[in-house]
Amino acid sequence: MSAHFPGLVIIIPLVAAFLILIGALLDRRLAFPLTALALLGSLLTAIGLLGKVIQTGVVEYHLAGWAPPVGIAYRVDHLNALVLVAVATVAFVNLMGTRELVKGLFEDRLGPFYTLYILLIAGLQGIVVTGDAFNLYVLLEIAALTGYALVGMSEGRAPLSSLNYIFIGTVGASLYLLGVGYLYLVTGTLNMADLAVRLPALYPSKVVVSAFVICLVGLCIKMGFFPMHAWLPNAYSHAPDPVSSLVAPLVTKVMIYVMIRMMLFVFTPAFAFDQMAISEPMVWLAIAAIVAGSFMALSTRRLKRMLTYIIVAEVGYMVGGFWLGNRLGISGAILHIVNDAIMTLCVFLSAAAIISKVGSDAIDDMQGLFKKMPVTMGVFVVAGLSIIGVPPTCGFFSKWYLISGAVAAGQYGFMAALLLSSLINLVLFFRIFEIAYFEPFHDHHGDHGHFVSAVQEAPFEMLVTLVVTAVLLFALGIYAGDIVSQIIDHAIPVGIT
Amino acid sequence: MESLLANFLAKYNYWAYIGLVMIGMYAMIAKRNLVKKIIGMNIVQTAVILFYVSIAAKKGKTIPIIAHGHEDTGHHAVQALDYISPLPHVLMLTAIVVSVATLGVALALAIKVYRQYGTLEEDEIAMRIEEQ
Amino acid sequence: MDTLISVKPLIAVLVSLLAIPLIGFSRSPNVREGWTFLAAVIKFALVASMLPAVLHGKEIICQVVEVLPGLSLAFRVDAFGMLFALVASFLWIITSAYSIGYMRGLDEHAQTRYFCFFAVSLSAAIGVAFSANLLTMYLFYEMLSLATYPLVTHHQDEEARTSGRKYLLYTVGASIGLVLPAMLVTYHFTGNLDFSPQGVLAGTASRGTVALLLFMFVFGFAKAAVMPLHSWLPAAMVAPTPVSALLHAVAVVKVGVFSIVRVITGIFGTDMLQAFDLSTPLLFVASTTILVGSFIALSQDNLKRMLAFSTIAQLSYIVLGAAMLSPKGVTGGMVHIAMHAFGKITLFFCAGAIFVATGKKNISEMTGIGRRMPVTMTAFFIGALSIIGMPPCGGFLSKWTLVLGALEADQIAILAVLLFSSLLNAAYFMPVVYRAFFCPPEDALFEARVQEAPLFCVVPLAITAVISLVLLVYPQPFMQLAVMSAAKVTGL
Repeated sequence: MSAHFPGLVIIIPLVAAFLILIGALLDRRLAFPLTALALLGSLLTAIGLLGKVIQTGVVEYHLAGWAPPVGIAYRVDHLNALVLVAVATVAFVNLMGTRELVKGLFEDRLGPFYTLYILLIAGLQGIVVTGDAFNLYVLLEIAALTGYALVGMSEGRAPLSSLNYIFIGTVGASLYLLGVGYLYLVTGTLNMADLAVRLPALYPSKVVVSAFVICLVGLCIKMGFFPMHAWLPNAYSHAPDPVSSLVAPLVTKVMIYVMIRMMLFVFTPAFAFDQMAISEPMVWLAIAAIVAGSFMALSTRRLKRMLTYIIVAEVGYMVGGFWLGNRLGISGAILHIVNDAIMTLCVFLSAAAIISKVGSDAIDDMQGLFKKMPVTMGVFVVAGLSIIGVPPTCGFFSKWYLISGAVAAGQYGFMAALLLSSLINLVLFFRIFEIAYFEPFHDHHGDHGHFVSAVQEAPFEMLVTLVVTAVLLFALGIYAGDIVSQIIDHAIPVGIT
Repeated sequence: MESLLANFLAKYNYWAYIGLVMIGMYAMIAKRNLVKKIIGMNIVQTAVILFYVSIAAKKGKTIPIIAHGHEDTGHHAVQALDYISPLPHVLMLTAIVVSVATLGVALALAIKVYRQYGTLEEDEIAMRIEEQ
Repeated sequence: MDTLISVKPLIAVLVSLLAIPLIGFSRSPNVREGWTFLAAVIKFALVASMLPAVLHGKEIICQVVEVLPGLSLAFRVDAFGMLFALVASFLWIITSAYSIGYMRGLDEHAQTRYFCFFAVSLSAAIGVAFSANLLTMYLFYEMLSLATYPLVTHHQDEEARTSGRKYLLYTVGASIGLVLPAMLVTYHFTGNLDFSPQGVLAGTASRGTVALLLFMFVFGFAKAAVMPLHSWLPAAMVAPTPVSALLHAVAVVKVGVFSIVRVITGIFGTDMLQAFDLSTPLLFVASTTILVGSFIALSQDNLKRMLAFSTIAQLSYIVLGAAMLSPKGVTGGMVHIAMHAFGKITLFFCAGAIFVATGKKNISEMTGIGRRMPVTMTAFFIGALSIIGMPPCGGFLSKWTLVLGALEADQIAILAVLLFSSLLNAAYFMPVVYRAFFCPPEDALFEARVQEAPLFCVVPLAITAVISLVLLVYPQPFMQLAVMSAAKVTGL
């Protein structure tokens, strides 16, 4: 059984997708439990896989028994096992938390919604485990297509934003495919491990250089890396709330994972960092991403839009951290993939809870929310603190690694950008807290109100998931040392110091 | 000059696909009509597919179907060099499916946009959004 | 050095956090305050139970979890941390009593929230006191900034909002913008952030880098209100008076100076600072703050604002003491944490009691108040004497030690600053006392009838005033703790 784990993480959701579609035709109420069951299954599989990888090292799996390079290989090492668990966790938690919201929004389309939901997860988990460059493209498109459809499902500006998302996303994916084509042209293989063996002899070739550049640009588009981020804020902020809280934590993070995978395990660090000499410009672009994302977030007064701009900045964190090219920076980037996934989930989920109660996502409408929704706001505060980077929440620790990496690499500009972004995040979140805490103003005598009556909280299951994510933020922070030493250290090739 | 031209002619398939990508990109950037943009997107995808297919080709060789394979085995072995590479074609089958699916989703969304705003011209849609 | 391994420090930190659900879900105010008291007493008992071991020169360590390679969340109780923890946890008990009188007396809103965040703040303060390394200290430092925000902005009106903004911007902004990078750079150089008697940074960085880091730390711990990052403190006086009293005379601001002293002694080490001759610029910054703060205090009419500026000046005494890098100077600075705490909290309690009893905030409106509130104003007089540094109060002792330290370090200029500043202190405190007691009867704004604030207000301030007096005769265990840790960090 456990030998098939790498295959199962994709097969479970894929098969479930069909079952859900058929089940929902029979009875709409079947869609949710089926999805929950399948996602729970894949979460457990992912955790099992991570345990196995920690114990015994890399797990190889040959799809349908064909050995690579002929067949498609799924190869799970510390890096993707970790990301896989993050993806599966976010998918499952978000599913549980948004049940009521989904019911309210898509009452008549529960079957299609959950089918798309689980296909998206199948795609993302596939991207993470696959060891084949072309297979990755296909899974990328599965994830992207379901993502477009999910984003476009709501009314208002969502379809238009989704259409723009398609245009840019397709260009990104096509560029990636093109890059892979170039690699295939010179090596005759699509298997990542095989590519890594054959490529070094060909490093001087201009074809390899082109492939590298084209792939990287394609991935940067897909992950919304500044200045190719234009699609991201619209698509994520106009999407339905339960979708935003799914795609915002996952899609960009998985794309960053793909970049790390390609750079470290296909092109090898020697090529990516030393020969190409693009570390410096990439870090500067990341600085630009962080600064621009932070300031754009300051300029908006809409909650979800602000959060999407924060994502643009966070992408800068991870890309910049990776291109610092030292162990600390890369550890920080990988750790931040996990942390940011949970952080973003937490903050988008609480935003969804708030918006569903307030009926608007303008931050000026959030008056008196601490009284009205104390638990939700409490979780929102925790998520905000984590994004600001206050210990002992997890955001602090990935920032710690990223800044240490910057200091070790002598990239003080990157350090300054991270600190600036922390300060701006502080302003961003406390701006909201202030409105929710102070307004409406009232005179401070008389009102004995420590036993508040006008509580109007989000649905119970949402509250539970919110609290769980908030606890996760602390747990990830406290165990950051273990995550790094047990998992991430093994994920980074030994050559990198 | 001479060599440039020779270079161009010798690798015309690359130039063709680059040209197609450029055309597609141009349509996506410059056209204001959503359907034209979708067409541009599709041209980009098709160009990549053509690129893959073209790199499989070998001059003067045939398609990779081994006729009478069983009877000939004793006489001469199958030479891979005699056939064009089948793998890119197989890959592109998948890519074609992907591009068709993308097109489908894009068109579906375009219909939704049209229903909502009554137009597919971007600037008019922008005006509608302003009005709201 | 003997060390004991024990979870006591951790429990001492956590006890007030654990009390929060009990405080938060209490059915009636009396039960709620009961829990607060219980937590405060347990906390103090835990801290005090570690005192004998510390006085015997032992250190109590407790490692919680290793969060980063070579960096743990860890506690270590040494003499200096003990000193601060004793002061803070003891005064929490007193302040809890005072809070009851004050908050009920004024019928304040959201008292549950108030008591909850008070408990969090105390956890954070004790956490800072017991931190074994800079990372742990930073963690609790940030926690304190955030936990005190709802206390500072308790009134939830426009003014509180503006002050709250300023408060956060200064304290959290400076710690993220200055302390965090300084800490990371230090970590980059040393690979180790543990506080150790002669510092960890020695021999790893050049003089320029050390100087830069030093000032990033000194200004970054903006809670210490070293000028020019001081103006949050007067602004934060919008808080209810018990908050100002405990947090802005004891816990918060002392956490700031405590952190600075810890970093100077535990990360940089006095020897290195001496070798690089970085004491002079530090002394200059501290002296400027002392003098300018005192001058501004002279011009204030709002009693709490005056006390705030006085606090700004007094805090820099502690920095000044540490910056002298001499055993006597460091001792004086450390013991001033305790002396100033008891003196200043008395003054704040008095200001609050006056407000509860009469609703007056300005000094000019307090003419003749001594006849109406004799106990309160006598306590005020004692507190003021202690801050000025005159016998028979504890403040005399710390100032005397500081003066000796200045002589020991051959800093005549500092001697002048200390004496001149005492004159200034007298100049802004004595008129208040004079106005309260000795004004001509026809000018008095109050009748001679005794009408004190509620008992819950008066008893605490009387206690702290008496302690201020007793500390001169019997300054133990604070003096001994300060001498011990000063001897350790200066290596003499």
